[in-house]
Amino acid sequence: MHIVCCLKQVPDTADVKIDSQTNTLIREGVESIMNPYDLVAVETAVRLKEKHECLISAVCMGPAQAESILRQALSLGVDKGILLSDRAFAGADTLATSYTLAQAVSMLDRQHQVDLIICGKQAIDGDTAQTGPGLATRLGFALLTYITGLESFKPSQRKIIVRRKVEEGQEVLEVNLPALITVELDLARPRRASLPGLMKSLRRKIEVWDKNAIEADAEQLGIKGSPTWVRRIGVPSPRAGGPTFNAAEGLQDAVDRSLDILFQDFFTADEPGVAEGEEHGKKFQGN
Amino acid sequence: MTESCEVAIVGAGPAGISAACILADQGVETVVLERGEFPGSKNISGGVLYGHDLAGIIPDFARQDCPIERNIVESRVWYASDEGGFSLAYRDAIFKEERRLNVFTVGRARFDRWFARQAEKKGALVVCGTLATDLLRNKAGRLGGVRTDRELGDLKARVILLADGINSPLAAKTGFRPDPAPEHVALAVKEIIELPEEIISERFNVSDEDGVSIEILGSVTRGMNGVGALYTNKKSLSLVIGGNLRDFAELKLKPYELIEEFKAHPMVASLIKDGVPREYMAHWLPEGGYEHVPRLFGDGYLIAGDSGMLFNALHREGSNMAMVSGKLAAETILQALKKDDFSEESLSIYQEKLKESFVLKDLKKYRRFPGFLRKHREIFTDLPLSLSMAARDMLTVDGVDKKTKQSRSWKMIKSKTPLLRLARLLFNAWRSVK
Ligand SMILES: Cc1cc2nc3c(=O)[nH]c(=O)nc-3n(C[C@H](O)[C@H](O)[C@H](O)COP(=O)(O)OP(=O)(O)OC[C@H]3O[C@@H](n4cnc5c(N)ncnc54)[C@H](O)[C@@H]3O)c2cc1C
Repeated sequence: MHIVCCLKQVPDTADVKIDSQTNTLIREGVESIMNPYDLVAVETAVRLKEKHECLISAVCMGPAQAESILRQALSLGVDKGILLSDRAFAGADTLATSYTLAQAVSMLDRQHQVDLIICGKQAIDGDTAQTGPGLATRLGFALLTYITGLESFKPSQRKIIVRRKVEEGQEVLEVNLPALITVELDLARPRRASLPGLMKSLRRKIEVWDKNAIEADAEQLGIKGSPTWVRRIGVPSPRAGGPTFNAAEGLQDAVDRSLDILFQDFFTADEPGVAEGEEHGKKFQGN
Repeated sequence: MTESCEVAIVGAGPAGISAACILADQGVETVVLERGEFPGSKNISGGVLYGHDLAGIIPDFARQDCPIERNIVESRVWYASDEGGFSLAYRDAIFKEERRLNVFTVGRARFDRWFARQAEKKGALVVCGTLATDLLRNKAGRLGGVRTDRELGDLKARVILLADGINSPLAAKTGFRPDPAPEHVALAVKEIIELPEEIISERFNVSDEDGVSIEILGSVTRGMNGVGALYTNKKSLSLVIGGNLRDFAELKLKPYELIEEFKAHPMVASLIKDGVPREYMAHWLPEGGYEHVPRLFGDGYLIAGDSGMLFNALHREGSNMAMVSGKLAAETILQALKKDDFSEESLSIYQEKLKESFVLKDLKKYRRFPGFLRKHREIFTDLPLSLSMAARDMLTVDGVDKKTKQSRSWKMIKSKTPLLRLARLLFNAWRSVK
């Protein structure tokens, strides 16, 4: 069994601030962390490894300092970390990112057949949730998004049964491997690395693959391969408070009028307002 | 399998990292355990560092992207009362060129991270997010490693360096030093106030690379034995004020109120005007002085830096004592490794090295200083106020002749602080620093 986890380094949105003048993220001085959903992907893979014999690889596309999240993955029990880093990858949208990742997974597949790919549901900086599905489509893997439970894993039959969150409830699905799943936070609570795990990860070298290593077509990489343009970034205007009715002046009346307003809103639900931001010809950073 | 190494260091502050650099440079297998998410995440200091001692560890630090904020070219001392104060400043061109980076400011969060990175480059392993909870002993009671709060968290080591700062429960818990008494610890609060680079340069009359340090004594500590400080960073000012922990308790002062009042002091307010507070932190400082330095070595262990109370309160030198003691501890360990002997006797050369260095010499020289401040509370209460009143009277041009003013001032000062007490103060002050 070979499991691949796809990881992204993101700014710690707990302390992200928006520049109110330009409506862009202030990244300066903000810590970078592993995307929290991806941490669940790693935990899921490591739990599978505890029960079944498997090899776990982690890939991350990003600049040199993204190495730290691969090291974190190693500390938790991932066997091999690969950093996809090349100037040519920069400025990728989700289309170019999924291409780059697909090339990397294909290379890994040549070394050791890949059976399962685990991605986070989405990255907390872009929130698009497109990279996992894009990667599955490119590789022809079965795609299962919003996974909240791994019901069973049958490597010998090359099957997996998963629970997924859907609009009205849950689905339990059995699929054939190879598959790609994208995971929700409630799937598994990430562990803390053991001391030997952490120390081992600090001693390891992280492999870096560039565009040649993944035999990529330069036209499909980075900014060149990204048709997405961000025209404008907006910050939603804060919602104004609703009307208040003083119950002390007449309870029934206050209730009736509140209900009237609620039902009125319900039937004529309007769009949340978006404040105009400055025009941005800048490409959207890949997800 | 239990992890093991030759030297385990607890704490990735200046003391621990200095030792790690020296040891790793000699190929010694060194592991540094740090409870913070990254080195520096738990550290604060007013942010003044000393080039001489850093160069003792990283000789070409200035060329290694050391995150220096500003090079200090002017030092000021204020003796402040409630509405003003005296100011003494010394600026010297030699600190601009020839002795550049003699003293400079850093942000400790960035500096400690950079410093730890240098140790890593030399081969040390810096393990963050890991709290040392206990020390391991073998059946014979000999130290053999460190226990951490992680799963499978024991780390075996041949010798242990405790560089865990003033506020670590480890040394006290394991009996290597007593928990510091409140009167031997100061509580300091610090605020980082952001201002545009050019405004700072203009307000302090310096170029964009250079800066000023100000130490502030007087009534700003509300009667506590303590000190305030203001340092220039590139795009911010560090404002620090602190006092003896026992005084804080006795006078029922709240640290955040103290710093708010400090910020409102007229001499401070104009310098930080329009600044935006960015960070607020509080930390302990060891203030016991020479008399309360614990035993710094024993079978299988050494203590360096704040953990060993190595702090010179008068000159606010802590980080350099940490670096030098860390370095001397590492040199001791190297010698012990050669002899393969980590007994108390073998490690006792550490004490000798410290005695020969400025670390214990300075602490010894100023050993009476903490007691002096404790005894002469008027330095923080009546004295700054009456001296200021006298100065105010002398400088007010109101037709009264100078002789009358002089005797009026004298009378007022004497009424607050009797002459004998004043004489004793001067004598004790001289004796405590001679
Ligand atoms: C407000 C303030 C201003 C100061 N200003 C100056 C100044 O301007 N100039 C100057 O030279 N000095 C200054 N100092 C003093 C200086 O900060 C200290 O002397 C210096 O940091 C001591 O270094 P250290 O390595 O001994 O300890 P620390 O820097 O305190 O480092 C100890 C490290 O050990 C870690 N640790 C502790 N216990 C454990 C454990 N059990 N397990 C794992 N890790 C642990 C801590 O997280 C910390 O990172 C100031 C101090 C304060 C509080």
